[in-house]
Amino acid sequence: MSRKLIVLFAVLIVSVLVISACASAAPAPAEQKASEPAQSTTQSTLDVVKARGKLICGSNQAVPGFGFLQTDGSFAGFDIDFCKALSAAIFGDPSKVEYRPLSAKQRFTALQAGEIDVLIRNTTWTLTRDTELGANFAPTTFYDGQGITVRRDSGVNTLEDLAGASICVASGTTTELNLADQMASRGIAYTPVVFETADETTSAYLDGRCDAYTTDKSGLVARMSLFPNPQDHKILEETLSKEPLGPVVRQGDDQWFDVVKWTVFATFTGEEMGITSQNVDDAKANAKDPNVRKLLGLEGDMGQKLGLSNDWAYNIIKMVGNYAEIYNRNLGPDTVFNLARGLNASWVDGGLLYAPPIR
Amino acid sequence: MATNTSEQSAVPIWRDERYLEIIAQAVVVLGIVALFWWLIHNLLTGLESLGTPLSFRFLGQTSQFDIGETSLEYSRNSSYSRALLVGLVNTLRVSLIGIVFATLLGLIVGVARLSSNWLVSRLAAVYVELLRNIPLLVFLIFLSSTVFHKLPKVQEAAHLGNWAFLTNRGIYIAWFDPAASYTVYRWVLMVAALAAVVVAALLIRKGKRTGRMPLYWLWAFVIFVVVTGLGWFLMPTPPLTVNIPSLQGRNFRGGISLTPEFMAIFSGLVIYTAAFIAEVVRAGIQAVSKGQREAASALGLSGFMTLRLIIFPQALRVIIPPLTSQYLNLTKNSSLAVAVGYPDLFSVGGTIVNQSGRAVEVILITMAVYLSFSLLTSLFMNWYNRRTQLVER
Repeated sequence: MSRKLIVLFAVLIVSVLVISACASAAPAPAEQKASEPAQSTTQSTLDVVKARGKLICGSNQAVPGFGFLQTDGSFAGFDIDFCKALSAAIFGDPSKVEYRPLSAKQRFTALQAGEIDVLIRNTTWTLTRDTELGANFAPTTFYDGQGITVRRDSGVNTLEDLAGASICVASGTTTELNLADQMASRGIAYTPVVFETADETTSAYLDGRCDAYTTDKSGLVARMSLFPNPQDHKILEETLSKEPLGPVVRQGDDQWFDVVKWTVFATFTGEEMGITSQNVDDAKANAKDPNVRKLLGLEGDMGQKLGLSNDWAYNIIKMVGNYAEIYNRNLGPDTVFNLARGLNASWVDGGLLYAPPIR
Repeated sequence: MATNTSEQSAVPIWRDERYLEIIAQAVVVLGIVALFWWLIHNLLTGLESLGTPLSFRFLGQTSQFDIGETSLEYSRNSSYSRALLVGLVNTLRVSLIGIVFATLLGLIVGVARLSSNWLVSRLAAVYVELLRNIPLLVFLIFLSSTVFHKLPKVQEAAHLGNWAFLTNRGIYIAWFDPAASYTVYRWVLMVAALAAVVVAALLIRKGKRTGRMPLYWLWAFVIFVVVTGLGWFLMPTPPLTVNIPSLQGRNFRGGISLTPEFMAIFSGLVIYTAAFIAEVVRAGIQAVSKGQREAASALGLSGFMTLRLIIFPQALRVIIPPLTSQYLNLTKNSSLAVAVGYPDLFSVGGTIVNQSGRAVEVILITMAVYLSFSLLTSLFMNWYNRRTQLVER
């Protein structure tokens, strides 16, 4: 009996010794080894994604038009299409994406921890997030602003009318901060009622728990499309904030950051040049304009410089479409949202979308 | 050194159990320490490489967000640490009140389950079996979305006269506001309380001497009411004014109010935990031997007296240890408040994680706080347990 105990202890000792030896060996030769985890995180995300054979895209599942889990279990929306564009650029196939639905609260931790490769989930670009959250923001794909929805019969027309009101808001958003800022600067007393997800927030508003519901205006339009009687609600004129939304990646991997950035720019450029998924084959066959030839990978090896194949932009436009197509498919006049392009028009049409030259 | 075998012992040291045991334990301890050191080191270097080294300095920064329900002074200009404190107080509030009510309800249901009345004992059994077999999170969401959010709207509030209003924005009850003369009246209240206690103590002493216990609590109560009543009329102005809630603008103001979020988490925790406490109470009562009950009835004690004087003091010894775990469970389960929108420590912590990006730090703080709550509760209950234990000679 005691002999067995000794043997057991001996085995334990040996295994613990081995473990602790490995453990202390790793960090012991201090400087050189300590930087190893850093290297493994700077190990190119692009290589990791290629080796894995699919892209893991942090997305929304509850905002129709942007990121929404449909009844058949597939994801659809404006943000989702950018995940697809990225997949098309890397693999030449828009379907090699695993969507990871995240709440507003979970998203940055998931990105920091490397659970996702890219976060495309109507995320606002702010200085604090850019610096302290260890995030890098790719070009803005949607210029938004915060708005407030109220019931039509409530008699509320301005923010001042909301004095003493309860306002429903989702936790962990810039919305939550903007609301506090705006109300504080105007000296309006109110009660925030904070919920985890957009679904809980809107259902509390619809139950009459709150007088108003606030999020980005695009989000309000999208959520209102799900209300039982959308015509009973209205969005206040006032815009509380600037909300530039776009893809986010981890800091410290410039190559991957470049891939995400230029994927977005390729969709902008496609619209500028009038190249759509319909005419892209035509354009590729007959292209004379050097700029078009560079975009479609006929000259200049642009794709290789990004670590992709040269037909990366062709694949994006062919398989997903240019920016205008993505916008119209998800938010345009043929959809229930019918959102005007506004600031989100190409610069040639007086909007803010402007891509640096692909050359 | 190890090869140097001593003359007295034929067993070499590497086969001597006495040494081997000690060495083995030391090595295991070292191994555990090394493992944790490695894990922590890994965490720190990992965070370093992400550009967010472990630091608690962010706690001093402005939080920039508002919290709906605060017992302390708090605004968006307060610091993150203040926000955490507000969350902590909210957690304490729901846990402490929850523990009190869960104990009361659990006690009633537990006793009811052993009732000789068929209907009462069946009802208690159904309550226990139903509640403890539903996941708490599901139950909380049920309470929040189908009960408290579905109460009447503010404009059509259900009300009891002017005194209490029931709406899906909260429950509003008329309450007292201290007036100017309250500062003086406070002394009257204290004197009244003191007088009541003194009278009760005297009566108890007399009762012990004569063997006939007077209704000391009734006398104490009468004295308290008389003194406070006299004090009230001697004041130039009434020391308390009644604050009646009324609909002002979009919400009720005045009186005391309980938000639906608080009600959801509070009633959820109470109803759920009471089911478990009921079982603990039942087990405790059944652990008291039948002879005790028979002896009590032989002495002519009534059913209630038997329970209070004979059964319960003995059952308490069995009840307290598992009751402690239920208290700990309730406190820890209060972190589910995040699901119903009540700003407890975990919920506020989550918001801070998102606004500051300090996930590891905030989670560490949160865990430390829950751990200290639990340890303190344990400490108190263990002390109480020792007090109620049978002193054996």
